[in-house]
Amino acid sequence: MATTMAQPEFRVRIDDVRCQQCGRCVQQCGWGVYTFDERPMPDHSACRACHRCVTYCPAQAITIEQNPLAYRDNPSWTPALRRAAWRQSETGGVLLTGMGNDRPYLNVFDHLVLDACQVTNPSIDPLREPMELRTYLGSKPDAVGVEAGPDGFKLKKDRSFAAGIRLDTPILFAPMSYGSVSLNVHKALALAARRLGILMNTGEGGLHADLYPFEDNVIVQVASGRFGVDSDYLNRGAAVEIKIGQGAKPGIGGHLPGEKADQDIATTRMIPQGSDAISPAPHHDIYSIEDLRQLIFSIKETTGYKPVGVKIAAVHNVAAIASGIVRAGADYVYIDGFRGGTGAAPQVIRDHVGIPLEIAVAVVDQRLRDEGIRQRASIIAAGSIRSSADLAKAIALGADAVAVGSAALIALGCHLCQGCHTGSCSWGLTTHKSELTRRLDPEWGAERLVNLVSAWSHELQEVLGALGVNAVESLRGSRERLRSVGLDAQTCEIIGVKPAGL
Amino acid sequence: MTTATTATTQYGLSVDTPPSVRAGEVATIDCKGVYYRAVNDAVRAAIESGATTVRLINVNGQRYIGTGLRGEGVRIEVDGTPGQALAMFMDGPTVEVTGNAQDGVGNTMNSGQVVVHGSVGDVLGYGMRRGRIFVRGDAGYRAGIHMKADEGAAPVIVCGGKARDFFGEYMAGGLLVLLGMHSAADGPIVGGHVGAGMHGGAIFIRGTVEDWACGTEVSVSPATDAEKAGLRPVLADYCRTFGMSLDEVLSVPFTRICPTGSRPYARLYTYL
Repeated sequence: MATTMAQPEFRVRIDDVRCQQCGRCVQQCGWGVYTFDERPMPDHSACRACHRCVTYCPAQAITIEQNPLAYRDNPSWTPALRRAAWRQSETGGVLLTGMGNDRPYLNVFDHLVLDACQVTNPSIDPLREPMELRTYLGSKPDAVGVEAGPDGFKLKKDRSFAAGIRLDTPILFAPMSYGSVSLNVHKALALAARRLGILMNTGEGGLHADLYPFEDNVIVQVASGRFGVDSDYLNRGAAVEIKIGQGAKPGIGGHLPGEKADQDIATTRMIPQGSDAISPAPHHDIYSIEDLRQLIFSIKETTGYKPVGVKIAAVHNVAAIASGIVRAGADYVYIDGFRGGTGAAPQVIRDHVGIPLEIAVAVVDQRLRDEGIRQRASIIAAGSIRSSADLAKAIALGADAVAVGSAALIALGCHLCQGCHTGSCSWGLTTHKSELTRRLDPEWGAERLVNLVSAWSHELQEVLGALGVNAVESLRGSRERLRSVGLDAQTCEIIGVKPAGL
Repeated sequence: MTTATTATTQYGLSVDTPPSVRAGEVATIDCKGVYYRAVNDAVRAAIESGATTVRLINVNGQRYIGTGLRGEGVRIEVDGTPGQALAMFMDGPTVEVTGNAQDGVGNTMNSGQVVVHGSVGDVLGYGMRRGRIFVRGDAGYRAGIHMKADEGAAPVIVCGGKARDFFGEYMAGGLLVLLGMHSAADGPIVGGHVGAGMHGGAIFIRGTVEDWACGTEVSVSPATDAEKAGLRPVLADYCRTFGMSLDEVLSVPFTRICPTGSRPYARLYTYL
């Protein structure tokens, strides 16, 4: 019997004329594609098209192709669906995958365009004029009072002036746990966050001791598994984030298999080495908005009232949920759209649960404005922010800032091969095999992250200049500066954006 | 944190520093009609100024008592009924409650000890990592849920009464004991789904528990003499705390509930 009916997705082609038989490809591939017998021999079925071998082949002898193997045409039963059914018939297992939703749903960002000034009001040149990107996340007072003093009038400050989270540009690094990514990834993110004046986020796997020096640039996360969470951890972060949901897997938990909990990861998560780290689907102390308020204020009591945010996946009723979160006392609401990435999720959840970020941000912003509570919390938008264009459009739709996870990993070498869950990432990002993790030098990674975020920030300044505004906060929620091209009338109405031409 | 100066009441409760009396290392704080933030600010201030015992009198529903407190050798005595989230994230101190406690006692507790002379609400010791919780009376739903262990340390919960559903659900480590001895509740000693999703640690129930009341990931068996003997040190401390007879506690058989494997979901997934 054949071991599997699922044929390889890709074919590895080696140009025998160029190949120097150096064996670099054998060494570079984390998936075990190559064996070497006088020359490299690929096993096509192991290839994930991550391009590690292609990038490092000194002779440029390797190319990866889609397997041209013909399937009887059937637009309904795509080859991918047939392959999935074969795999599940063989194993009886839930299909596990990594990174974000890859289905071709309508991408709202790609149907939105921004405005620019022409003739009647001047645009601004950000290269020669001030252009403010600094953003403060957190609760703002309902009203600002002034009081007279000996030196004249000054702002009246009371308890409603929370410290806030300072960002030099409205971009954060999205939560990715130590465990789902390697320690070198965390180090690169932390170094870059400090240089950029922004924050990285631990995800739910605790804060490794090597990152303590970066604590002013770290958001520490509390998820249902409570891994690595104690009062010391909570007090280290610049802010604390309660993770309720994730765009790639709304409504479900996760678990780090015991074999991945090596000594370092176990210590950071505060569990015994080799034990499964299971994050239940819900927090078992949060079954209501009132319970959420209780957790928020437990954390505030523990941390001397640091900012506490709440991360949720964008789901059908997101506006009402966000309203409840703000009323529960959260300083920010982090909305993760259905294209957000993951280290591991069942494919059925990743590809079929949740709603697009663009729509979620617009309806949350509008709902909070309608209820007169928008000032009580900031909105962070995440779930596949792919470029500065997405960044600008997300802010115009109502976000205060965006968080980037997939984009940050791409800066570090990720090729979106969706193999994070295998633990064999050839780029050394989502693995703990030391021969692979050492491929990422944190300093090199930090430089690339700083470059990417700086480039997007400059581009955002260009967009703001074209719009004729000199601060990013002037764009926030300014949906009048957006127009849709090709969105249906009802979607336009829901997100509060007019079609182009109106 | 200092208390607010603009308002003097919140929900009809005082937000001013509550009256307190200091005698050596013992601080006594009267919580009658005082908002929780003022109570907890006063507790922290007393500990910072060198108090090793803080007595809270007339406690009536104030939340977060002992929450986030650190330091070995600190003792908080709660006279009355504290509110939700008692001793959450606590790391070191001892909290003793004369009355009942509510939901979320010892939630994500890192170390220390909690003693409750009455009963407790839901979610007792959720995710606690070290330390001990002794409850004389009943526990609500989800007691000991996702209790953990850390390298070389394990938490302990002993409840003297009965407990509701999901006792020890997702349990990953530690020791969870239920005695069913002095209970105000009708019905069986424990509800359904005992140890559902359990993948570490051990549950001991005084008397018997039906197989069907337990999760599918556990094995249920009578405790052996050796296992019962292993409980003696913890139960001796428990009996000393509440003035009970250890011989009486151990006079009946116990049931042991343990995970069948440390990887309940190992075969659940397949890869593309």
